[in-house]
Amino acid sequence: MSRVAVLKGGRSLERQVSLKSGGRVEDAVERLGHEVISIDVGADLVARLSSEAPDAAFVALHGRDGEDGTVQELLEVMGIPYTGSGVSACIRMADKVLSKHAMRDRGIPTPDFFAFSETAFRELGAAQALPAIEERLKFPIVVKPAGQGSALGIKFARTAADIPAALVAAFSYDRKVLLERHVTGRDLAVSILDEGGVPRPLPIVEAVPQQEDFYDFESRYEIGRTRFVCPASLDDAVTERASELALEVYALLGCSGFGRVDLMLERDTDALYVLEANAIPGLTETSLLPQAADAAGIGFDALVARILETVLSR
Amino acid sequence: MNPGSRPPRSTVRDIERYASLFAERTQVMKSSAMRDLMALTEREDVISLAGGLPDTSTFPPESYASLMRTVAAECCARALQYGPTEGFSRLKRCIAEVMSAEGMEIDPDDLLVTTGGQQVIDLVCKTLIDPGDVIVAEAPTYPGAVPTFCAYQADVVQVTMDRDGMRIDQLLETLDELDRTGRRLKFIYTVPNFHNPAGVTMSLQRRRDLVRIAAERELLVLEDNPYGLLRYEGTALPTLRSLDGGEFVIYASTFSKILSPGVRLGWTAAPPPVLQKMSIGKQSADLCSSSVSQCFVAAYFDSGPWHEYVRSLIEIYRRRRDVMLDSLAEHFPREAEWTHPEGGLFIWATMPAYIDTNDLLARALEEHVAFVPGRAAFVDGRGGSAMRLNFSGVGEDDIREGIRRIGEVVREQVDLYDTLTGARAAAMPQTGADPVTAHRQRSAGGEEREPLQEDAELAKVLRLPAKRKRAGSG
Repeated sequence: MSRVAVLKGGRSLERQVSLKSGGRVEDAVERLGHEVISIDVGADLVARLSSEAPDAAFVALHGRDGEDGTVQELLEVMGIPYTGSGVSACIRMADKVLSKHAMRDRGIPTPDFFAFSETAFRELGAAQALPAIEERLKFPIVVKPAGQGSALGIKFARTAADIPAALVAAFSYDRKVLLERHVTGRDLAVSILDEGGVPRPLPIVEAVPQQEDFYDFESRYEIGRTRFVCPASLDDAVTERASELALEVYALLGCSGFGRVDLMLERDTDALYVLEANAIPGLTETSLLPQAADAAGIGFDALVARILETVLSR
Repeated sequence: MNPGSRPPRSTVRDIERYASLFAERTQVMKSSAMRDLMALTEREDVISLAGGLPDTSTFPPESYASLMRTVAAECCARALQYGPTEGFSRLKRCIAEVMSAEGMEIDPDDLLVTTGGQQVIDLVCKTLIDPGDVIVAEAPTYPGAVPTFCAYQADVVQVTMDRDGMRIDQLLETLDELDRTGRRLKFIYTVPNFHNPAGVTMSLQRRRDLVRIAAERELLVLEDNPYGLLRYEGTALPTLRSLDGGEFVIYASTFSKILSPGVRLGWTAAPPPVLQKMSIGKQSADLCSSSVSQCFVAAYFDSGPWHEYVRSLIEIYRRRRDVMLDSLAEHFPREAEWTHPEGGLFIWATMPAYIDTNDLLARALEEHVAFVPGRAAFVDGRGGSAMRLNFSGVGEDDIREGIRRIGEVVREQVDLYDTLTGARAAAMPQTGADPVTAHRQRSAGGEEREPLQEDAELAKVLRLPAKRKRAGSG
């Protein structure tokens, strides 16, 4: 039996989702026969970890501070083994601009994009470059904050007149935003789980929005608002290609343990594009990674056991 | 730790199974807007102007203790027992006294005691609404009513307000349009006094017009009046019920704002056949409202003049409202507009159309301050650039600081927008609904609606300071 600290909650906008993820993980860890130290991450995190001195930490945090390398750095300093990707991979994944640049440099298809900081607009007159950007990307354009993991702050601009308000909205979440070509098509997620140190893709989940033309923050976590199909009904070749791309991104960004790569399958061209990679995908009842694992015959407890295995054996 | 001591939580497969069991109405049941984000507003380090909480901190603990002792000594067995569905007669006499203070004489037998005013909204829907039936509400409407209307699968049509409350000309147009299209209107929902969230009060003329229209067309009106006694300036206006004599008006009120929301006691007075059905509805919902609470409130009314406590609340809230209005004038940019409530708990503020208050809330939370984004008060996607601000639940210093912080983030966004549009001002829309339709809204009936004009009418008449065009921003 080991003593496992489950880190959940925190102060990010995804706190509620993290509390759900963490709660499920705690139950599983307990059922696996370990002692659970439940930590709602706050100002006393380091003090709690020092006094509890757990054998390992299961990081069930989402969003800022939890998924961007901050908590991971603290755990490194304290010498506590933790689940999921390391500091540098987390930093790369939490910043869509960094990860998209890395993908583009490697020749991995990702929708064309331009990224700017707020100061570029405030101090360098970047607004004057918008027409050129719009010309390159064509409408509709997706405007998103660089660092927000969920769908919060993502807007569609259908005309040039929509761009300023979309940028203002995206800057509500981050000092850096990106304008990205909108890929119309099917929304696919490839979850990856390490098996004996080797990353394995799980069955692909397709998110099919039930009502809106875009699945929003709420419906992502609400039962019945978005239908998830797993395994997604795809040609074998597409499944294979999507899984390969996901593995490539996973390796490129230096991920470990588990992760999720989101892709679009373009309707008109059948081309695959990687949107982003997530360091700590949701672990709630409706989250995609647990669904994918389930489809592969790995129940939630087994999933948690697998994720913990590599850490506890360190 | 004992392995397996907790029951296993549901697996993905289980969830799929439950999903197929959920009733159709859960598909349209709105979670209170951005529930997850709103949960963050409850953090201790956040100044929350988002709640709708009355201040219960000034109720003397010794009075509470002595009232509970009285309940224990005089009616212990009764307080611990079930009560009649319609409520204790003793409590209904107290209610009659409160209604009399608002100019209504009522026979206590014509009252139904409910579990908060919220239950009245639920029971009225339960009694009147079949899926697809129309409810006409104000735009904006009470955010807490929206999930109830949606749960009963009502088709909610919202009528614009201005500083005199619901616009009767628009109501008439709406009614005619409903007639023409054969849609079945069941009732008109209104908060005439110190509207939540708009903060406006319906004028006497509009009140007369509304009850006349209801009588002429034989329509029911649900008059929700939780704040009527909390007036900080001006003269009280007659309730719709007193103007109509109770023929077509269903009246709802509550002890929540004049005593305590914790007692969960409200009431309704309705035309007898409607009241009877509502009583049956209540029976199936909860048999009766809390007997302990009813005994407590009755003891409270017996113990002395209840008006005095309400007067003390009025003093506190008036000061807080004034502090909020002063702070808004000081800290909000001139592009923003807001209402000047004569009573109640809320101010409604409208930002320029390009600011989305859902996103603004995320930014405001970083500064540890919160409000309710305006979309919560609409079913049709409007309200995207508005916010509801509560001034009853936090102290004066927190109100000042909270408004200062919100003002700062609004300014930040206004400046950024100006920077972004400065380069090509000619292409920018000057007013109108949020042009970014990331989330297309649908009405409860399912058809897609054009994004409607922002609630300019409401904002137009209640601006402080006056809106001026910025030089150079077009």
